[in-house]
Amino acid sequence: MIQIKDLHKSYHMGSNSLHVLKGINFNVSEGELVSIMGSSGSGKSTLLNILGMLDEADSGQYILDGVPIKNLNEKIAAKYRNEFLGFIFQSFNLINYKSALDNVSMPLYYKGIKRKERTDKAMHYLEKVGLAEWSHHLPSELSGGQKQRVAIARALASEPKVLLADEPTGALDTKTSYEVMDLIQGINDEGKTILVVTHEHDIAQMTKRIVNLKDGVIIDDSKVEQVRALTHV
Amino acid sequence: MFNRDRWNEILEALNANKFRTILTAFGVFWGITILVLLLALTNGLKNGVTADFGDFATNSMFMWTQGTSKPYKGLPKGRYFNYKLDDVEAIKSEITNLKYVSPRNQLGGYRGANNVIRGTKTGAFEIYGDYPEYIKQQPMDILQGRFLSYSDINSKRKICVIGTGVVKGLYDKGEEILGTYIKINGVNFKVVGTFKMSNSQGDDEQDASTIYIPFTTFSQAFNRGENVGWMAITAVDDVPITSIKQQIFDLMKSRHKVHPEDDRAIGHFDLSEQFGRISGLFSILTIVGYFVGALVLMSGIIGINNIMLIVVKERTKEIGVRRALGATPWMIKGQILQESLVLTILSGMLGVSFAALVIWVLNYILDQAGDVENFANPSVGMQVVFTALIILVVSGLLAGLIPANRATKMKPVDALRIE
Repeated sequence: MIQIKDLHKSYHMGSNSLHVLKGINFNVSEGELVSIMGSSGSGKSTLLNILGMLDEADSGQYILDGVPIKNLNEKIAAKYRNEFLGFIFQSFNLINYKSALDNVSMPLYYKGIKRKERTDKAMHYLEKVGLAEWSHHLPSELSGGQKQRVAIARALASEPKVLLADEPTGALDTKTSYEVMDLIQGINDEGKTILVVTHEHDIAQMTKRIVNLKDGVIIDDSKVEQVRALTHV
Repeated sequence: MFNRDRWNEILEALNANKFRTILTAFGVFWGITILVLLLALTNGLKNGVTADFGDFATNSMFMWTQGTSKPYKGLPKGRYFNYKLDDVEAIKSEITNLKYVSPRNQLGGYRGANNVIRGTKTGAFEIYGDYPEYIKQQPMDILQGRFLSYSDINSKRKICVIGTGVVKGLYDKGEEILGTYIKINGVNFKVVGTFKMSNSQGDDEQDASTIYIPFTTFSQAFNRGENVGWMAITAVDDVPITSIKQQIFDLMKSRHKVHPEDDRAIGHFDLSEQFGRISGLFSILTIVGYFVGALVLMSGIIGINNIMLIVVKERTKEIGVRRALGATPWMIKGQILQESLVLTILSGMLGVSFAALVIWVLNYILDQAGDVENFANPSVGMQVVFTALIILVVSGLLAGLIPANRATKMKPVDALRIE
């Protein structure tokens, strides 16, 4: 599903140059649930941004579902993001003046799907995350865990190949974190490929594979025995 | 482009901060209101002032005689002379590009002594001896009967056409007018028509208290012989009378032994020049109206531009999220542009409507209060509304352009990082 070869990325700030990713190689096949770990500054967010086409690598190869991702202009990048990827953010990033339902249907709007179909689909995914009754509430009327579940429904709505989650539990308490991880595990069980960036070990243990990043290189990449989040709740 | 979803997006975004939206919209609303009102008031002033010209053919001049100011060919200065009927013929035959040359004579004057009698009623009116083409120079509405004709001129008929003021002064209400006789300076005239001025303001009473009789009848009945009091001369439409008048003066001077450089001997009033001067003045006033209105409008537009910049800044993260979800830069730009357009056009059209309401109230008050000197019927045409609409569309786009570009300049990854 994802093939990455010798990925480099550096940031230039004035005369200083910061080499963040120093040759990353890894592959993710379909149906995997991978966590990317590392301390802050290890380059894990940068990697995720490049995977999400929000940022571009300086050199190296990135192939997503057989499509080489390079030299994208913003228009094509937007199309690929819409088709291939679903994003889950640490701070949820829901649009605060739109109802939960409208938030979920937004990627479908950008996909150009008709209103009726859009609402049906969005409703379906809201049901899936257990928030059907909350569909007409604004984000400000939802709890943190509910917001993240709306965000997950939104990420799922466009039926992407890969879900990218950047510290999905970073803003939640432990109990809610596990509920969210349970949801993510459930989605993975249905066959969706998911990448989770986190720095929490217990969250990482709930994935099937942990990739450890340090100073821009992968120092460890190993499969783990998945801990079901449900056992903690 | 403007489907329901787009509308929802735009309205939602504008609704997200209602108070600010309204305040911003007010700038444009006020600007366009001022613009339209200024133009309407200019128009009102113009209507009021040009109404004083009535409907008189504007490419015309009046010409009369005054005392000479230079001795010439043995004749002393200070000499008085009169135009004669054959002067009229001479002008008609020797000067080209003239449409009408009407010799005129007058009896009585504004607020003169009583000079017309009918039975027991008397009145003071202005009596003019005229040729039939005078009605083409001074349009009037014939209410009953007819105006003068050439057979009246040729057979010197003692008939007259009277204004509504005369009717009011000499007749009872509902009385039959045509066919009756009135006595002007002791001479009986049969009334064959009544008229009112098509368009005049303020001078209504004076204009309506006028009696027209055939020029030839006038000369005979009131002993004017061949004399002509003054002439009303109209040139053809595409040749300004101002450019011909010197030829006419020269002709008159040579026929009456007036020194060629004696400019005092011939008095004239060039309607076309006066009218041109006044319409020029109003063209300038209209331009000033547009200019000042546009400046006021501009501050409104800058307000929108400003607020859209703030909106874009505030929504940097939202825009980042939208792009992460698959919005292309053009979709984002389009939305910002449309928000600014909708805001501008909505508030602008509200402003136009409000100005229309003010104009309506103004007209209503004017109607109630009666005529006001030099001011009538303030209004703007549809073309002003369309111009305003075009200005709004253009300025709405301009106001949105910078913010829209700003919105997509940032990379999505940076936009998402903003807290």
